Amino acid sequence: MTVETARPERARPGGARAYLALFKATGLGWLRDRSQVFFTILLPLMFMVLLSSVFGSTDSTVPRVLEVGEAPVLDRAEAGEFEIEPAASLDEALTRLEDGEADAAVVQDGQSVTIHHSQANSTAGAIALGKLSALVDRANVDRLSAAAPGEPVLEIDTAAAEGTETRPIQYLAPGILAWGIAISGVFGAAGTIVDWKRDKLMRRLRLTPASVGNFVGAKISVNLAVALVQTAVFLAVAALLFGLELSSWTWFAAPLVLTGTLAFLAIGVVIGGIAKTGPGAAGLSNLVTMPMAFVSGAFWPLALSPDWVQAMSYLSPMRYLNEALQQVVVYGDSPAAVLPQVGILAAFAAAVALIAWRTFRFDEL
Amino acid sequence: MKGENPVTPVDGIPLVAMDAAIEVADLRKTYRGRRTGEVRAVDGVGFRVEAGEFFGILGPNGAGKTTTLEIVEGLRKPDSGEVRLLGRRPWPHSAELTARIGVQLQASSFFEFLTVTEQIETFARLYGASRERAAEMLEQVGLAEKAGVRCEKLSGGQQQRLSIACALVGDPELVFLDEPTAALDPQARRNLWDLMRAINADGRTVVLTTHYMEEAEALCDRVAIMDSGRILAVDSPAELIRELDAPTRVTVAAGQLDEDRVCELAAGDEFVLDGDEVVFETRDARKLLTALASEGALEGLAVRTASLEDVFLHVTGREWRE
Repeated sequence: MTVETARPERARPGGARAYLALFKATGLGWLRDRSQVFFTILLPLMFMVLLSSVFGSTDSTVPRVLEVGEAPVLDRAEAGEFEIEPAASLDEALTRLEDGEADAAVVQDGQSVTIHHSQANSTAGAIALGKLSALVDRANVDRLSAAAPGEPVLEIDTAAAEGTETRPIQYLAPGILAWGIAISGVFGAAGTIVDWKRDKLMRRLRLTPASVGNFVGAKISVNLAVALVQTAVFLAVAALLFGLELSSWTWFAAPLVLTGTLAFLAIGVVIGGIAKTGPGAAGLSNLVTMPMAFVSGAFWPLALSPDWVQAMSYLSPMRYLNEALQQVVVYGDSPAAVLPQVGILAAFAAAVALIAWRTFRFDEL
Repeated sequence: MKGENPVTPVDGIPLVAMDAAIEVADLRKTYRGRRTGEVRAVDGVGFRVEAGEFFGILGPNGAGKTTTLEIVEGLRKPDSGEVRLLGRRPWPHSAELTARIGVQLQASSFFEFLTVTEQIETFARLYGASRERAAEMLEQVGLAEKAGVRCEKLSGGQQQRLSIACALVGDPELVFLDEPTAALDPQARRNLWDLMRAINADGRTVVLTTHYMEEAEALCDRVAIMDSGRILAVDSPAELIRELDAPTRVTVAAGQLDEDRVCELAAGDEFVLDGDEVVFETRDARKLLTALASEGALEGLAVRTASLEDVFLHVTGREWRE
């Protein structure tokens, strides 16, 4: 029994070549996994359609206003500006407001106009309140102009004011994007770790000349590339179909989602280390991402949330990603303005990665 | 640990690197589980595999074969003991050593959603081998026709073949195969045997774990019989059986011979007369068979010589369980 001693020349194994091969293999696998594509690309878009129709419906409808007794100020309203119904008493009007049958009730006593706006549907109530205030202002301006005809007055153009108000898509888009980045990071990493525990691929790769670092690096690179594609597709759809106006700093969303993805991947690795099965990993990921999303201000403005939610939001990395995306993409602030958020995300990523490293049981792979 | 010096004597056991593909001395590994308590998975295992040899580790499930193999490959660290692969320690990871080794793990480990070709080409690049080499390997394991098929669509036997192709793509000197035929149907198992013989015939050292007696007997130059974390015997299958010095069991249908004649033919050896058959346990099978033939009493004839199964029974004191 002899072993051939002359071995054919071959390229030095490992290194960049191995990294590229692994990147290609994991990337192809990702592209062919339809559930992944659905989860990262389509699901956030579906959420945007859903949430923008829920929030968007309120500003297209005409405020329903109850006229308690006689409220002459309402006579000045333009046709179609309000849907006015009479109410016999304030009590009756308040009951109907509570039931959501109307958005506001108006009581006029001489020069004093009292507006009761709906708490049952606070957004619609607030819109009704705004329009009614504008109506009262208009009445005042007309009176003052009549009293002093030569005096110039400031004109309020309510139509123009409406055009610049924050439309739902402007805070929904960054929020849903941040959420999409979070779930693909957390679920992706947790699922991958559980897969590795099951299929022992990691074990097999440890016995090749490529280092484990090559493989982990390739896997993280694929996730980062996916996050970039996800962001590009999402913002393109938001801009083209939902009329989101993108600022000239929008490109800075790239480093933001990359930093965010690192933080969410680290969370996913911790979860994958604890979970034993795929469903277990998915359940735990939900348990972490759901509260994180709810307290982050991703789906509705934090200002509308109770104090304790606002306090909790500081613990959610999604808050910082959401804030930074909103400032840069929607409001056009320069990247310098969101450096604190980037710093916190990076620190968060580093801290969770350290926890993952310390708690992970590598012999399970 | 002196790392680079391949011939460090360990605990007084001299390890000679020359021509040995694998040297293992006094490996121990204990698992501590919350429920199971302490399990000595590997309990003082030592063996040596020569370059070019086909070496088998035979034992029932749970004997410690896979743990031993994983320690030897460098996937696990032993509690104590020493391993040399091609003269080097397998731990920590070294690209130079892993480039010379091919591994097929018990579970087929593939990249998800890739085709057969993509799979083996990925492994080829990890080993610095060419695409031509990858295609050649598919040819050798008989998967060339399946090149465009997704790996998860392959049958169990085909997956094992692909796994072996991936192990061979780096042109290794030393190949580890961990129960490649487990859970395969007999036909697929025989096909794999031919492949494993060919790998060894190419001059590669092969280490195979199996819990199939006949597989070890058919393929291995030498076999280590393992049970409860220990190696109980190591030798060639033929030598192990010969040393056992067990009688040959000759069975014929009853009714062809009367009891006196059976007694006479047994000539002092053991025999059993049970209903429809007579079983002789003879040391001289040739003489007995000649006598039976001349009596014309060969109906229902079965001759069974001792096998590794008897060796296992002898060294462990208990029946073989698969």
